[in-house]
Amino acid sequence: MASLDFQIYPLTSGFHGDSRPTPKSDLVKEYGYDTFVPFTNSASNSDEEITSIAREIRRDIIRSLVEAKSGHSGGPLGSSDIFATLYFGGVMNHDPKNPWAANRDRFILSAGHMCPVLYATLANAGYFPKAELLTLRKLNSRLQGHPGRDMGLPGIESSTGSLGQGLGIAVGMALADKLVTKNSNRVYALTGDGELQEGEIWEAAMAAAHYKLDNLCVVVDRNHCQIDGRTDEVMEIDPVADKWTAFGFHTIHVNGHNIGELRQAFAEAKSTKGKPTCIVAETYMGHPISFMNDDFRWHGKPPKPEEAVKALEELL
Amino acid sequence: MTDVASTNSQNKHPFTLQGKKATRFGFGEGLVTLGERYDNVVVLGGDITGSVMTSYFKDKFPERFFSMGIMEATATLVATGLALSGKIPFFASYGAFAALRNTDMLRISVAYNDANVKIGGGHAGISVGPDGATHQVLEEMSILRALPNMTLVVPCDFLEAKKATVAIGEHYGPCYIRFGRTDTPLFTSDDTPFVLGKAQVFREGGDVAIAACGPMVWEALVAADELQKQGIDARVINVSTIKPLDNETILKAAKECGAIVTAEEHQITAGLGGAIAELLVKEHPTPMEFVGVKDSFGGSGDPDELMKLFGLTSADIVEAAKKVIARKK
Repeated sequence: MASLDFQIYPLTSGFHGDSRPTPKSDLVKEYGYDTFVPFTNSASNSDEEITSIAREIRRDIIRSLVEAKSGHSGGPLGSSDIFATLYFGGVMNHDPKNPWAANRDRFILSAGHMCPVLYATLANAGYFPKAELLTLRKLNSRLQGHPGRDMGLPGIESSTGSLGQGLGIAVGMALADKLVTKNSNRVYALTGDGELQEGEIWEAAMAAAHYKLDNLCVVVDRNHCQIDGRTDEVMEIDPVADKWTAFGFHTIHVNGHNIGELRQAFAEAKSTKGKPTCIVAETYMGHPISFMNDDFRWHGKPPKPEEAVKALEELL
Repeated sequence: MTDVASTNSQNKHPFTLQGKKATRFGFGEGLVTLGERYDNVVVLGGDITGSVMTSYFKDKFPERFFSMGIMEATATLVATGLALSGKIPFFASYGAFAALRNTDMLRISVAYNDANVKIGGGHAGISVGPDGATHQVLEEMSILRALPNMTLVVPCDFLEAKKATVAIGEHYGPCYIRFGRTDTPLFTSDDTPFVLGKAQVFREGGDVAIAACGPMVWEALVAADELQKQGIDARVINVSTIKPLDNETILKAAKECGAIVTAEEHQITAGLGGAIAELLVKEHPTPMEFVGVKDSFGGSGDPDELMKLFGLTSADIVEAAKKVIARKK
């Protein structure tokens, strides 16, 4: 029987002019973005190499945010180790040179506001020129304030930003792979912990367990912070891991800054059959910047120029 | 049964009443046609599959049917994921829940992604009957019209519902199709043209144009015959695609008739009437009257009683036509 094939990628309907913004050439040179050679994704990358890539991702987050003069610092910095492990530790099957390959694993950033870390990760993998990171949140930039698929940025699988929605989309993708196409692709989704207050998260969790989607791996960035304060003060979500277990997930609790623990957890997720996996990764918002670490006030603001200089010094 | 075409009209419409059948059955049969033609068409169920007739597809293609329980918002998101993975997912529930409970999902995940998701909204309008206001969706066309990329279709009878369902499956992009629960007149035939995005003139006439959608199209045809008896020649337009609106056919009618009545089983606010008014006020200001629900909720009752109570019968269209003709310049 025939398939009705529609072209899904790339989508570029979001451009409202002739051209994308131009990165500042002096900064491109100063940061070495013009001569940058992308890192490779390999299971043989050592934990130390992954840590070093995570540090580079953090530097890029700071640089893009200070240029944008707006955006989210805390979550992106805190989750950089998770992203570095996923994209460079041989966890995800992805190819920056062939970003829409049919057999790719997919990543959905359910917590869309954390996109500075996704953009920095994709750039470091070679999905697009690193110089473009300096156009974050500017008119016609492919790096929208929250990920927009309409800008056609390679590596962005779906627009996200209304909290709670990305996980359901990831469930749909995992369902498509496992039960319709019947291939072995995996789907990864990252949620914030405050995001777990959205009811759709638990609807999606219920559906993932119902369909035994063992090709789905959810990572909860558990930093105990949301815009208004600590999660236990704004709206208690504990016991987080027990909730996922009760919803039918294989649940793993890890230190989200420990590359070894993260790699082991992702390997365990891959070998888990018959149920989806949730990795609850304990992180510190803003980690490891001394004046941001574990401070919810850094959830939704960028560093000022002098703060960026200090942060970049700490990341050397 | 009345055969409207058998009146002594000089300007008959070509339709014969062939009985009654609910548009939801057309949706169900259309899904089966799509399932037979394409292996990447999949259907998500929202627990009421026997009401919105996705059960036809479920019975025939169980391996491509996925129950989503009672979670309309997440069903919409799962449909998005399926679409972004190259499938053509349909999710259907009552319009009240398939289009309004999940509006944020339709906006961000479906429309903004331009994901190839098809939503079926059943039990539309007040003709649902005794279930009452909570289940009588009267607002979703206004909301969905405001979403970029969204196509909005309201078939006039069972056969057109079937054609429209197949057409939206074969068209790329987010689509919403609206259908009813109650048996409504079946009057088109296999030969009646249906083109997505195109309005069809079902009856020629030059004194007034009645632009209608859904089961109100039959009411408009009946009204046109009544108007004919009173010496008024009414054009009847079946606006089955509300978005994108067929501007050409509407503008032609406004210019040639000089007066327009819209008829919809929906709030007057920003529905079909609103869409046409937005076009005409800019391109060709024309006197208009609106037949529809007037800023109120529905209620329990027999479908026919409700249509009378809320002013949605052919008699109401006749009255509106005379009113608007009196306002012609």
